[in-house]
Amino acid sequence: MLDTSVAIRDIAKKLLDEKRVDLIIGFEKGSVPLRSTPCFVRSASEADRLIWNVNCENNLAKYLPKTKERVGIVAKGCDVRSIIGLIKEKQVTREQVFIIGIPCKGMIDRRKIEAKLDGKEIIEAEEEDDTIIIKGHNFREIIKKEEFLHNSCKTCTHRNPVIYDVLIGDKVVEDQAVDEYGEVKEFEAQSHDERWQSFSDEVSKCIRCYACRNVCPFCYCQECFVDSSQPQWIGKTNNLSDTAIFHIIRAFHIAGRCVDCGACDRACPMGIDLRRLTKKMEMDVKDLFHYEAGISLEDVPPLATFKPDDPQEFIMV
Amino acid sequence: MQELEIAKTEVVSLLNTLIRKYKVFAPVEQNGFITFQEIHSGSEAFLDYINSKKPPKEIFFPQSERLFSYDLSKGEGWDVEAPTLEEKQKIIFGIRPCDARSLVLLDNVFDGKLYKDPYYTDKRKNTTIIAIGCNQPGSTCFCTSLGGGPFSQDGSDLLLVDIGQKYIIQVVTERGEKLAKEHNNFKEAEEHSLSLMRDTKETAEALIKSKIEVQKVTEKLDSMFDDPFWDLVSEKCLGCAVCTYLCPTCYCFDITDEATGQRGERVRTWDSCAFPNFTLQASGVNPRPSSKERLRQRIMHKFDYFVANHGMAACVGCGRCIKECPVNLDIQVVLNSILNR
Repeated sequence: MLDTSVAIRDIAKKLLDEKRVDLIIGFEKGSVPLRSTPCFVRSASEADRLIWNVNCENNLAKYLPKTKERVGIVAKGCDVRSIIGLIKEKQVTREQVFIIGIPCKGMIDRRKIEAKLDGKEIIEAEEEDDTIIIKGHNFREIIKKEEFLHNSCKTCTHRNPVIYDVLIGDKVVEDQAVDEYGEVKEFEAQSHDERWQSFSDEVSKCIRCYACRNVCPFCYCQECFVDSSQPQWIGKTNNLSDTAIFHIIRAFHIAGRCVDCGACDRACPMGIDLRRLTKKMEMDVKDLFHYEAGISLEDVPPLATFKPDDPQEFIMV
Repeated sequence: MQELEIAKTEVVSLLNTLIRKYKVFAPVEQNGFITFQEIHSGSEAFLDYINSKKPPKEIFFPQSERLFSYDLSKGEGWDVEAPTLEEKQKIIFGIRPCDARSLVLLDNVFDGKLYKDPYYTDKRKNTTIIAIGCNQPGSTCFCTSLGGGPFSQDGSDLLLVDIGQKYIIQVVTERGEKLAKEHNNFKEAEEHSLSLMRDTKETAEALIKSKIEVQKVTEKLDSMFDDPFWDLVSEKCLGCAVCTYLCPTCYCFDITDEATGQRGERVRTWDSCAFPNFTLQASGVNPRPSSKERLRQRIMHKFDYFVANHGMAACVGCGRCIKECPVNLDIQVVLNSILNR
């Protein structure tokens, strides 16, 4: 990972020195174990802050719709897919972004590690090849990275950036055998009542902090429907009726756009399984419209086009 | 009153006794994390924990609370009905000292000289707080920088110290003393137990490495309103409310009417300075248009304005915001950066 970090710093310095970009968005060391944190670098002298490791879980494409600058952005496979989406939705231009693509073997879910440690506090974590060495008060454990990946990483089929201006490191092997929609299909197979119960159980944990919305690259509406006061579309409480509407509408709003980067799932402090709805949407869009978001700059998103023979079986009559 | 002790094996039966008379809230494990909930059996309490995901402030200041209902449909004018005070006394058992201390801070707001909020004060005056000190402070804890500590008594009626097989009980208030006298499970603490308690405290306090000079932060902030620092520090902020909603001392709220026809409810819900709507005015003007102004407000409110108004910072160093921020925007890093300006 050190080699990747050094390569990121080198390219960042070059881009800034040659004034090809105004800003590099990457990651720097986080303040707590198993965390890296977004980092904004505007001069070559600061580029040594940049790092790469298995804790670079944030989707930095989130910061693109805000910026007017020319940006060099460090991007994993899923982040690049988000960038493609944002370019297609005209939130940023292709010319404005210099994509520093990084083939990715998956990011670590620190909550899974915490759960395994059963309440023991992590004081230090060190990455070593395929393992992480975890240290705490009076304990030391070596864990295998692949056993603690984020759920979205476990079903990822686009680990390699599909477009880039520079690629750092060798491409990784894509997992062709992965059962991407296994969990969705299991959920679909349940009865209506079971599905509603399990959905209700999930969203009743919601505290309306909107971390899922705010971390999502595709939630860039100037005014989110939950924030509208005239008319007020939904109530402000954390009662199930309000939280359920929020999550259902949010899932619909990103249908055909979500690239399953998993950022919402990672951001949720309450551990809500947010991918249950978004993954289902993603699967349906693929089945019905043969469209996979963020794979190419050319194909037309299903919500931006219309064909007389579009499937409409899902419309209730 | 001198210090008492209780064997850990008797805690469940103590809780069961308390449950008969009081509504008892305790930490319970649910969905893989700890929350404070009403328990109906002593064995539900999970006391071997670092801290709860959500702070127990919601027992006094719930995320959503009905202030009153109204009904005009009967044609007899306003029929207004406010919630009645629950008569049953409450106990919060096993709260951490930082969260107990947060209630003292919140009292300044909801039970201050200028304003009394009956929804809060009714619940507060009915509640006895039994805290358990922290033998193993969390890695993001920095309570000692904020005038608290792993065994701070502020806000508690009784404070328990875990010494292995037993808890030492420190009686802090008259209310605590009254409760202690009701229960014969409490024995006078042995000298050996007291010496164990002193060791336990010393070890735990040494585990908190972080020390931030908060008084100096306040002094610095006085002249930092227009500092370009806020542009830099806020750049990665996503503007979500993880930090404020999981904060034991954040208390901002919104009030909305939820009406259907001629009937409705006036509801109070948590609000957050991180949200664009927080200061959006009816004219369409927003005096805090970006994350820069909003993050500045959060820091200024906690470490400058609240100090000016109430003589203490509105932070207890519980570390929840550090643990849960989706982009690792660490308040300790922010405070240290302020000191280095």
